[in-house]
Amino acid sequence: MSAPRPALETATMVRAGEERAADILEHHLAVIDAGEESVHAFNLVLADSARAQAHAVDAKVAAGEDPGPLAGVPVALKDNLCTRGVPTTCSSRILDGWRPPYDATVVTRLAEAGAVVIGKTNMDEFAMGSSTETSAFGTTRNPHDTTRVPGGSSGGSAAAVAAGFAPLALGSDTGGSIRQPAALCGVVGMKPTYGTVSRYGLVAFASSLDQIGPFAHTVADAALLFDVIGGHDPLDSTSLHRPTPRVLSVLDDGVDGMTVGVLTEFLDGAAPDVVARVRQAADALAGAGARVEEVSVPEVTLGLSAYYLIAPGEASSNLARYDGVRYGLRVDAEDTVAMNTATRSEGFGAEVKRRIMLGTYVLSAGYMDAYYNQALKVRTKIIEGFAAAYGRVDVLLGPTAPTTAFAIGAKVDDPLTMYLSDVCTIPSNLAGHPAISVPFGPGDDGLPVGVQLLGPALSEGTLFQVAAAVEAAAPDLPAPRLTTGAPS
Amino acid sequence: MAEPARLTREDVAHVAALARLHLSEEELDLFTGQLAQVLDHAADVASLDLAGVPPTAHAMAVTNVLRPDEPAPCLDRDEVLAQAPSVEDHRFRVPRILGEAP
Repeated sequence: MSAPRPALETATMVRAGEERAADILEHHLAVIDAGEESVHAFNLVLADSARAQAHAVDAKVAAGEDPGPLAGVPVALKDNLCTRGVPTTCSSRILDGWRPPYDATVVTRLAEAGAVVIGKTNMDEFAMGSSTETSAFGTTRNPHDTTRVPGGSSGGSAAAVAAGFAPLALGSDTGGSIRQPAALCGVVGMKPTYGTVSRYGLVAFASSLDQIGPFAHTVADAALLFDVIGGHDPLDSTSLHRPTPRVLSVLDDGVDGMTVGVLTEFLDGAAPDVVARVRQAADALAGAGARVEEVSVPEVTLGLSAYYLIAPGEASSNLARYDGVRYGLRVDAEDTVAMNTATRSEGFGAEVKRRIMLGTYVLSAGYMDAYYNQALKVRTKIIEGFAAAYGRVDVLLGPTAPTTAFAIGAKVDDPLTMYLSDVCTIPSNLAGHPAISVPFGPGDDGLPVGVQLLGPALSEGTLFQVAAAVEAAAPDLPAPRLTTGAPS
Repeated sequence: MAEPARLTREDVAHVAALARLHLSEEELDLFTGQLAQVLDHAADVASLDLAGVPPTAHAMAVTNVLRPDEPAPCLDRDEVLAQAPSVEDHRFRVPRILGEAP
């Protein structure tokens, strides 16, 4: 598989009339045809509507109009982003047959930028998982080794980009659901500052943590997509009224004079080959002119526990809406409460049930102070810990995930072990901060390693700048070995 | 803060009923063990002395968000109702909601 052409280059050529959006789309549909059976990145490939969008882009160019910065670029959408009239399942049976009556704001912005929506990607059910194995529609497989998980919950989006099915994809990140699969699939994935990207039309999991963000092959392409989707939206009451950082324009500014802190707590639980790559990335940044020092933020070690009290609490409330009344599945019963119960029991998978019950429990009378309220205080401590670190350094560096991609089936029966996959990504969600995962060569098993850069709120410009420097120094990663045949 | 008592099978059954979930006997056993394990892990948080630390429910401070009170189109009623499992006279139809039939 040759290196995919960057989205930036594709859009430039389409805008200049040197290449047709329709041809670019057909190329990607052919790649999907050849590889999707072994990867299962998509819940739905939207060939027909994508062809219509591509033709509209070409017609604009022919008429002398500019289709926008993503002209003719295929984009894959995680299947928890609402698309009007197009099934949106969250990989759950409970949304069986649902066609949203509106588009998510990010979907509208993609259309306005000339992008072509190529399909809806598989995910852990309601984004609850770290491997895409909790999907009701079967697991997605890692294009670098189809016996391994792609990570999750946005595993379909990460795998789609890694396999060359689409140059860009959107995911959502509640506790690492963009960055962890990006790391495991060898692509760039970024979680923005809470409130910079509208959540309107993102099916809610944990509302105070969820953010939509980009997947791409390169840091520059991720920056291009972030610039398109970011910015205030009156339809999301948590959307920030502050200017969203523009990132594409600062990518080449370098790291000279910056201070990078290697976050020691994140190294403690990580595999030796992952730690070695983080050290190598730190050395590369030092070589590029940054000052590098070790930084300890002890509070982040409490992140995992706090997250698994807060996120299920919010989820138990958000998922109360799936009651068989207004949309999706209904399992008939003699009265409404029995109908609600039958619908939810049949429609939700095991992981979603676990988290709803955990959340209901920690919010119930007698336990709320001990668990949920205590976790909210830990959240304050984590924010204070980061603030102290960012008084000394511009960005923090660590692994994205403790290991490379694990085998399908290895952790799915052991929830707590699965949850530990997110130990390095959760603190940024709790703090509302941005973070980005950049591929940094293979681990000892030949599979991708991601290094993570973390910054304070609204530091996207700095983060992308440092990410570009990390990318420039990254060791080569073998191309995905994906074939249409048996797993490698 | 004192640690709460360990989660029991009865707790899980009670919580499932609150959450409108019906669990089989096997699911009750499985989930009781798994949820207790997660809560045991959370003991590091539950046992911390955090008196005086303010809680953070939301990382980015936002206060009352208002918009101009101007009429604007809303979702199309027919399009919305078309998604419902059962509809009658432009309303969502559900089975009886009281314990006794009228």
